[in-house]
Amino acid sequence: MLKLKRGLSLLATLPLVFSLSACAGQIGGSGGSLLDTIKSRGKLICGVSGQLPGFSYVKSNGEYAGLDVDVCRAIAAAIFNDPNKVDFRNLNSKERFTALQTGEVDILSRNTTWSMSRDTSIGIKFTAVVFYDGQGIMVKKNSGIQKLEDLKGKSICIGTGTTNEQNLTDQMRQRGVNYKPLVFEDANTVFATYEQGRCEGVTADRSQLVSRRTTLSKPDDHVVLETVLSKEPLTPAVVNGDSKWFDMVRWTIFALINAEELGVNSQNVGQLANSNNPEVKRLLGTEGNLGKGMGLTNDFVVHIIKNVGNYGEIYERNLGKNSELKLERGPNKLWNQGGILYAPPFR
Amino acid sequence: MSSFKSQKPTILQWLQKNLFNNWYNSILTVVCLWLLFFGIKGILTWVLTQAKWQVITANLSLFFVGRFPQQLYWRLWLALFIILGLFGLSWGTFTKRLPRQMNSWLPFGWALSFPIILWLIGGGFGLQPVESNLWNGLLLTLVMAVISIVLSFPLGVLLALGRQSQLPVVRWFSILYIEIIRGLPLIGVLFFAQVMLSLFLPVEYRLDRVLRGIAGLIFFSAAYLAENVRGGLQSIPRGQIEAAKVLGLNAPLTVLLIVLPQALRAVIPALVGQFIGLFKDTSLLSIVGLLELTGISRAILAQPQFIARYAEVYLFIAFIYWVFCYSMSLASRRLEKELGVGQR
Amino acid sequence: MTPIWRNRKFFPILGQVIAAFIVAIIVMILWHNLIYNLHRLGLQLGFDFLQFQASFDIGETPIPYKSSDSYSRALLVGLVNSLRVIVFGIILATIIGITVGVGRLSDNWLVRQLALVYVEILRNTPLLLQLFFWYFAVFLTLPKTENQISLLGFININNRGVTLPFGIELSSELSTLILGLTLYTGAFIAEIVRAGILSVPKGQWEAARALGFKPNLMLRLVIFPQALRLIIPPLTSQYLNLAKNSSLAIAIGYPDIYFVASTTFNQTGRSVEVILLIMVTYLTISLIISSGMNLLNRSVQLKER
Repeated sequence: MLKLKRGLSLLATLPLVFSLSACAGQIGGSGGSLLDTIKSRGKLICGVSGQLPGFSYVKSNGEYAGLDVDVCRAIAAAIFNDPNKVDFRNLNSKERFTALQTGEVDILSRNTTWSMSRDTSIGIKFTAVVFYDGQGIMVKKNSGIQKLEDLKGKSICIGTGTTNEQNLTDQMRQRGVNYKPLVFEDANTVFATYEQGRCEGVTADRSQLVSRRTTLSKPDDHVVLETVLSKEPLTPAVVNGDSKWFDMVRWTIFALINAEELGVNSQNVGQLANSNNPEVKRLLGTEGNLGKGMGLTNDFVVHIIKNVGNYGEIYERNLGKNSELKLERGPNKLWNQGGILYAPPFR
Repeated sequence: MSSFKSQKPTILQWLQKNLFNNWYNSILTVVCLWLLFFGIKGILTWVLTQAKWQVITANLSLFFVGRFPQQLYWRLWLALFIILGLFGLSWGTFTKRLPRQMNSWLPFGWALSFPIILWLIGGGFGLQPVESNLWNGLLLTLVMAVISIVLSFPLGVLLALGRQSQLPVVRWFSILYIEIIRGLPLIGVLFFAQVMLSLFLPVEYRLDRVLRGIAGLIFFSAAYLAENVRGGLQSIPRGQIEAAKVLGLNAPLTVLLIVLPQALRAVIPALVGQFIGLFKDTSLLSIVGLLELTGISRAILAQPQFIARYAEVYLFIAFIYWVFCYSMSLASRRLEKELGVGQR
Repeated sequence: MTPIWRNRKFFPILGQVIAAFIVAIIVMILWHNLIYNLHRLGLQLGFDFLQFQASFDIGETPIPYKSSDSYSRALLVGLVNSLRVIVFGIILATIIGITVGVGRLSDNWLVRQLALVYVEILRNTPLLLQLFFWYFAVFLTLPKTENQISLLGFININNRGVTLPFGIELSSELSTLILGLTLYTGAFIAEIVRAGILSVPKGQWEAARALGFKPNLMLRLVIFPQALRLIIPPLTSQYLNLAKNSSLAIAIGYPDIYFVASTTFNQTGRSVEVILLIMVTYLTISLIISSGMNLLNRSVQLKER
């Protein structure tokens, strides 16, 4: 018997050895910039939501689509001249920052609000705003609710892990209004629950409210209140301390905006390379050395625009008049057309 | 009844015997019929007139294989063919329609098919690689459930042996692990694996998301497996161990050759039950952001044209889960009978 | 003198020393990585954050709570919410399980088949999907408050939840969670009950019948007490499963302890502390359930005479 037990105990030490050897896996350094890693890897890894109409979702044919998705495609086009060299990873609102911090994704393009605490205390950097949003509230038209105070004692549906949850708490506390939050993991659930009448109101970024409204069974029965609870600048983020990669992402986004401002789009980008306008020439790299300075080719903007289009094209395709969502551009018009979209010049 | 085959009861007799044999059974029958009528009527009306099944038909390939490249589907068909072939052969030998000699090489066939199928799915070594990021839907559910159960098996057996060990240190570590994991909800274990595991590993060492999901399932499943196997170990009569000793086997060999095979055979039904549980539990991976069957359904529900179609989608995937789990539990009952577990 | 490795105590002790050593090394490596990673990300360890202001609202507060309270208060609210579900769930699942388990053995063919269909459907689909089904397809499609359904005159059901007499109100989320957990666990308990009843020897049935017991009295006084011995151990693990499965509340927006803890993690980034809290909470709940059931088990086991 004793022998048997000894045998058992020897065997039993095996799982420990097993797990130890699992810990000592490949350990290889990754010095230098992420940009170099991405180039040698041959593709970009981009964290998205994957469940947000208009921003990122999976189409029936398995392709990703949306504004957040196209930002990543633009970056891939800038590096590889191929918008399809991207791997998309679905991240929920809880794990998104961890995924970026631990290097699981190269960039977080997941309608994330740029806020001070996120920028300064969790080891990530926000690049450039791709969508100016604000938090709103949607209610039934016939409910008689017109301002936040009218929601006293009522239920409001919210998504968890978002700035929306905290903003609503702040706004209601400031007004001394008691309400019942109904918090869900997943944005689809939030709106499904609202549509079924479980909540009197639903709060989210206004872009989402407007786009989701079109998908409700009777869109005209619902109204997005005028009240804007907060500013929500949605911004792709990268990990802290890699300025080369940070610059690259940031100037890809600026290139999309500047291209629209200068009238460069996917149709005319081929001819415009020989334009007389020096600004266009600098943007498209026929003049100057802007791309090389960043570790790319000088004509990287040509690659971007040819493959994904400029900001206006991306917007209309995913959110605007060419999409099912028909979202007005509002503040996301260019600065010289009444909006606040403004990119520093290519100079 | 079977001895009176010649006097087959008429329908009326059958009804009286089985449905209306006394007053409370009659009431029960009427109530049940009433419930059934409204239940079935409601369901049929919904399925045939109100439901819009286009969300399913448009996304069939997403449900089953996710974003796996279309031109490589042949590899999945081949894998399915291998599995079905092996199943057929196993079932044949099992029900003694095929010669018994097959028994000796079938396990090798299964063991060999495992890496081959993974190779067909994942590629590499001459095949075009397909990243785990693209295996979604039912494919991912199956891959994760199978890999997790296979890998948690050795760990579970070792933990069970450790818990039975005479050495206090080994025993206490095993008990600690088993009891902590069994006390935690799976969603907590998955959260740990998905969000925190990378904090415990060196910076350069990164696990793929799917691998982390599998790691979580293995951590979880091994603890439950250990308890099942322990049940089997305890059922081995002492005489077996003493007989092995008389034959001159040393302790590790006794465990390996005499105790374990018998113990494992005794717990096969429990293991199948656990596999069914694990298969259902993979749905929780959708909460930590993986695109297995439930996760891909949530992604499909974000397609602008199908946004409110959750009833159709959830019923459809519930049906898929049900088909798999129910056929496994049927097979396990059959297996139990054939092996005569509990009768020897 | 015999060499030391010939001593029969040598190998067991060596094995243990090696095992302890390996575990210590693993723990050290993991701990070192953790500290390094946390430092790299600018996070700290410690439970001081529990006293910070939570600044989020909770939908269901059985004990007073407002968003200016601390995280520890918020977690307490979550714990109370969890316990409500677990206690109600265990009681109702037992009732349903026994009813269906007995129904599986009924001499009414239709009842037997219905019980079988119930068990086979609920046991073989994921609980998560069942919860979605009950929430979206059942509770949220119920009529609004104005034309609510009234059962027996004192139970009112509408799409906000269920109102019971004595002012007890259950929200739809709480009702869904209890209903879903109860029906799911009930299906497993039914099979346990059925196996338990079948295990009672035939002679006992015949003896009870010979003594002139009516069927329901026979079941209650003779068969069930004997079946209970076989039923209790697996029943305990079903209760434990129910308690752990209550964490799926997060999918349908019911603020249980796991939900509140995960919001806390979200706002503070303290993953290590939060997972420790979750661990301790569920282990304690499990321990309470299993020790309660052990007491019960001891009281029904055969006394050696």
